[in-house]
Amino acid sequence: MQRLTIDPITRLEGHGKIEIFLDEQGEVANTYFQIPELRGFERFVVGRPIEEMAIITNRICGVCPEAHHMAAAKAADAVYKVDPPRTAKMLRELLYSAFYVTDHATHFYALGGPDFVMGPDAPVAERNILGVIHKVGLEIGGKVIQARKAGHTVVEIIGGRKVHPCTSIPGGLSKGITEEQRKEIESMGRWAVEFGQFSLKLFEDIVLKNKAYLDLVVGDIYTHRTHYIGMIDAQNKVNFYDGRVSVVDPEGKRLGTYAPAEYTDWIAEHVEPWTYLKFPYLKKVGWKGFVDGKDSGVYCATPLSRLNAADGMATPLAQAEYERFYQTLGGKPVHQRLATHWARLIELLYAAERWVELATDPEIASDNFRTIPTEKPTEGVGIVEAPRGTLTHHYCTDERGIVTKANLIVGTTNNYAPISMSIRKAAQSFIHKGSVVTEGILNRVEMAFRAYDPCFGCATHSLPGKMPLQVTIRNHRGEEVEVLRQFC
Amino acid sequence: MTANGKPKFAMYWAAACGGCEIAVLNIHEKILDVDANFEVVFWPVAMDAKYKDVEAMPDQSITLCLLNGAIRNSENQHIAELLRRKAKILVAFGSCACEGGFPALSNLTTVEETLDTAFFSVSTDNPQKVLPQVSFAAAEGELVIPHMYSVVKSLDQVVPVDYYMPGCPPESEQIAAVVELVIKALKGEATLPPAGAVIGAGTSTVCDECKRARNEKKIKGFTRIQDFRPDPALCLLEQGILCNGPATRNGCTARCPTAGVPCIGCYGPTDGARDFGARLMSAVASVIDSNDPQEIERILDGIPDVVGSFYHTNLAGSLLKASKPTWEEEQHAAPHN
Amino acid sequence: MTEVFEPVIIGFTCNWCSYRAADLAGIGRMKYPPNIRLIRLMCSGRLDPTFVLKALASGADGVMISGCHPGECHYLEQNYKAMRRYHLLKRMLTQMGVEPGRVKLVWASAAEGARLASEITKMVEEVRALGPLNWPTAGAAAALPEKPAALEVPA
Repeated sequence: MQRLTIDPITRLEGHGKIEIFLDEQGEVANTYFQIPELRGFERFVVGRPIEEMAIITNRICGVCPEAHHMAAAKAADAVYKVDPPRTAKMLRELLYSAFYVTDHATHFYALGGPDFVMGPDAPVAERNILGVIHKVGLEIGGKVIQARKAGHTVVEIIGGRKVHPCTSIPGGLSKGITEEQRKEIESMGRWAVEFGQFSLKLFEDIVLKNKAYLDLVVGDIYTHRTHYIGMIDAQNKVNFYDGRVSVVDPEGKRLGTYAPAEYTDWIAEHVEPWTYLKFPYLKKVGWKGFVDGKDSGVYCATPLSRLNAADGMATPLAQAEYERFYQTLGGKPVHQRLATHWARLIELLYAAERWVELATDPEIASDNFRTIPTEKPTEGVGIVEAPRGTLTHHYCTDERGIVTKANLIVGTTNNYAPISMSIRKAAQSFIHKGSVVTEGILNRVEMAFRAYDPCFGCATHSLPGKMPLQVTIRNHRGEEVEVLRQFC
Repeated sequence: MTANGKPKFAMYWAAACGGCEIAVLNIHEKILDVDANFEVVFWPVAMDAKYKDVEAMPDQSITLCLLNGAIRNSENQHIAELLRRKAKILVAFGSCACEGGFPALSNLTTVEETLDTAFFSVSTDNPQKVLPQVSFAAAEGELVIPHMYSVVKSLDQVVPVDYYMPGCPPESEQIAAVVELVIKALKGEATLPPAGAVIGAGTSTVCDECKRARNEKKIKGFTRIQDFRPDPALCLLEQGILCNGPATRNGCTARCPTAGVPCIGCYGPTDGARDFGARLMSAVASVIDSNDPQEIERILDGIPDVVGSFYHTNLAGSLLKASKPTWEEEQHAAPHN
Repeated sequence: MTEVFEPVIIGFTCNWCSYRAADLAGIGRMKYPPNIRLIRLMCSGRLDPTFVLKALASGADGVMISGCHPGECHYLEQNYKAMRRYHLLKRMLTQMGVEPGRVKLVWASAAEGARLASEITKMVEEVRALGPLNWPTAGAAAALPEKPAALEVPA
């Protein structure tokens, strides 16, 4: 059987490779998306004090440490059964909202956006942030840098550091903010709202008004009818920081919602021997393999999922965009994976509006930023929405608050099965007997993968701008027959 | 040198989190100086070169290579060795490459326990007790993944290193300063420090940069940060919170104690200190306010996780490096490349 | 005949009390096993935990720390620092899988030559029973040299 190997995947956080097997007819028999690494956080945090989880688990990912920091902080609160004061929760959510703007912006402009702004068939050399700038103006690069700077400044003010924030402790935060800092945060927030609107307008002008792209977005190749999950608040609106997790089926029917402590009733993980990462699925539906449909437990957790799993957005500008989104795409739920890029921008706008809401709350700069826990520590679960998916941290401790057990289900992990399926579908659609495997094919496999923003949303300043793919074609003796490369 | 005369630059992550990459990008406008003065030839997070391209480069042709992340598996080691051959200046970038980082806390456990935890966890449905295989015969062909090491290593434990740049991650203003220095050195306008030096950091300890007031320390008990509200103007260690500042190299402007939480030692040991935790233990133990063995033991009960609290990011670089069971697992493992 | 394991013990002694006790043992022809290698510090308070870890990492099977009795330190209070460091170090070593019996703190005044000799003898047997530590970072240089055939004739 012929084999095409793509190794390593680049422009994501972490390591990965793809193996594509062709049958005798030259059709894709199967694909395997392998994760070759495991650092073992769930094991080595055992024996560490619970209050360190918020700073140790940061280091699972240096691109989205804010997400782990918050999930661990909330889990530690749950372990101590302590309710942080309103100011603490708002400060954490404020930090988190600013982080969302940064993170979503850099993914759209530097990673995902070029596929749309330039088009999937645009010359490889132009399909990157530079191409975007050429097409729509030099301002863009400056705006993206400013968005990153603004977000990281807020993270540093509230979280103590730009990368790996350190101020969340059980019961609240180790410090608050001054009025001067609050003003700075508010002003950056208002800029962020404009930036969000600008980004959505850009998407409308470049993608929605372009029939070819619109067809691509709504087409079938990148479509999977799966379940969706996402966190919602008490009004069933999308919330990144707190709430219950809503689960909807491929027809949009809500199967239920769960509180953090109930996650094991809903989520289970499947194991395959050829990879170090597990495949989460919906327990109540069951693991039926890498397949779509109502009867398959495969689910998605992405910006698209969050919009599908909620009833709306909690802020007015984002809500208007939410309604337009579903109107344009023919109702809920939306299954087209490329629409995730649009959903991501709607979330960006919401995060910016929320940023301003929180920054202008009268209690945000108060001195009451922590509560001292009084209960004995036992066990707790904290869930937040990471930009890449629902993030679950679960810890058990002894009576001294030393971790005895940890279980983490991380953002992109939720999507491991759907990403694998998207890759396979793209490969099967584009690689056929008689067709030469070209760079165009490689890019389209890329696009299937990239919509999920796999664990990496950094402003790459990646000027070559395309995913480096090398396809090695071997005959059944393992001899190299041809090598195709796509990179500068 | 490339055709356009610019020296080559590479950055790679081993068992890493991406924070070092973000810290480099947080030098914001200075990244344009990197772009103007170097040709980026290999940086998996950001651009498209492959391992094969690095293998094809002549030895020592990459002028500057920043390598972050600990050495956790066979692939990490393989690429570290490859980049050592191809690079002129190899920098152990960040705490993981310098001393093992947080992943080195795995040196208190074994790969077996790590896999058991991950693959037989509370949410994992695995009745057949399937574990990942380094080589697996799928229906269509062989699938391989790297072999995980029992003992996590720092970069200089697998290849010789030219410079060390500590921090988790190194602070962006320090990175910007180092970038500027290297560019000047390449132009002949400055000299690089002697090989083996720690760069992008100070020569004193975090206490020197910390603005909290310091008095004579007499610790009657150790408290955890959640147990009380510390005085924001007073030294944390004095208040019984185990801060790693006294043994940690400065250069970070003491951001964590400034933000109200104890230092975790991510900038590593100072010059002349061979083992970070040992020096910290020396300092902290000295100020325990008791001469009675029983009372000392009671006071020490306030530090339930000694190794973790004294070696957050510095275990692989320590003298003992890993616990006995970890070493035993490594010694019994089959040889691998 | 199977080879008997001969432990290597590093003994950190202080100049004013325990090192003098060892001297006294020597002058008095009091025998104690040659497994211990003495290193003289000016004070037990000079003992940096690094020394103990370095000894174990370099091939020692055990470490003895010895200083003046509490209250009798030549530099007044520094042996208390040694005591506090020792307690903390023991916890760290236990977590690393090093048996507690391998590191011991013993007070001995300058007059206690016989007692120090007996403590050393006791410790050598305790560590012999624990077996070699063989910490994997040790080099060949740390091995005990071959024992000469002839032994010292007791006085």
